[in-house]
Amino acid sequence: MTVADFAFYAFAVTTLVGGLFTVLARNPVHSVLWLIMAFIGSAGLFVVLGAEFLAMLLMIVYVGAVAVLFLFVVMMLDVDFAELKAGMAKYMPLALLIAVVLLMQMGMIYGTWQFADGAEAARRAVTPDMTEVENTAALGQLIYDDYFLLFQLSGLVLLVAMIGAIVLTLRHRKDIKRQDVLAQMYRDPAKALELVDVKPGQGL
Amino acid sequence: MEDLLREYLPIVIFLAVAVGLGLVLVLAAAVLAVRHPDPEKVSAYECGFNAFDDARMKFDVRFYLVSILFIIFDLEIAFLFPWAVAFKDVGMIGFWSMMVFLAVLTIGFAYEWKKGALEWE
Repeated sequence: MTVADFAFYAFAVTTLVGGLFTVLARNPVHSVLWLIMAFIGSAGLFVVLGAEFLAMLLMIVYVGAVAVLFLFVVMMLDVDFAELKAGMAKYMPLALLIAVVLLMQMGMIYGTWQFADGAEAARRAVTPDMTEVENTAALGQLIYDDYFLLFQLSGLVLLVAMIGAIVLTLRHRKDIKRQDVLAQMYRDPAKALELVDVKPGQGL
Repeated sequence: MEDLLREYLPIVIFLAVAVGLGLVLVLAAAVLAVRHPDPEKVSAYECGFNAFDDARMKFDVRFYLVSILFIIFDLEIAFLFPWAVAFKDVGMIGFWSMMVFLAVLTIGFAYEWKKGALEWE
């Protein structure tokens, strides 16, 4: 067994165990932590494949940001675990049915999947030789030029996500004091201060 | 393939050390530490009075907003990496397509700034 084989099996086992316990863990927070382990395992698999950029992206975006978002969602839901477990038996038949359907679909895909003869030649973006071009550079040569429209559309999708998040969650509170930086900077000492000469024995 | 994996050897060694150290610390606590648990010791302690509530409570949705905005700019950075690496090869179209992409996201950034989504009241 070569080093590459060993690395592949180690990461594959990590990913599978992580995925399995994501489903099996009782506590949703633990599920998210197992999910992070599955992400890290798949990042390792990408490295073994030679797709280093995707591996690092998986670490930055999925482990760094998406997993945190999942944790927030889990925290925000305020789940009552006892109640959840009580509902488990009720929905079990439906869940099993859906699982069986999904399993059969996957089996059908696996059984009938085949490449057309010209498929390899007809690919628009042929993978360059990895010894000559690093895969980050190879991606960079493709995305911004050949896939111009898709790239711009992804920018628009991000814009829509940003505006949607703000519209859905931002509630402006009227009843609190906010810092107004400009008002602070333009504050004039001459207008704010007044020197009053107070005679002895007299008030203002 | 072997060369690529050899470049990752320092990271693997680092990971092995990290995991090993973590395991040693956890196991040392399990093996060496003195343990005499009693109900009072293991119960939740909250500054002398009984705990009011469960530790799990609803988060404010504003945390979620901050992290969604973070993810969006994270993805923007992710698009910048290959662009920067292949900068010599992308040409004028590649350069300006990234500029348009950044402009679109800057519009979103201006919107969120103006809306006060970046302020924590």
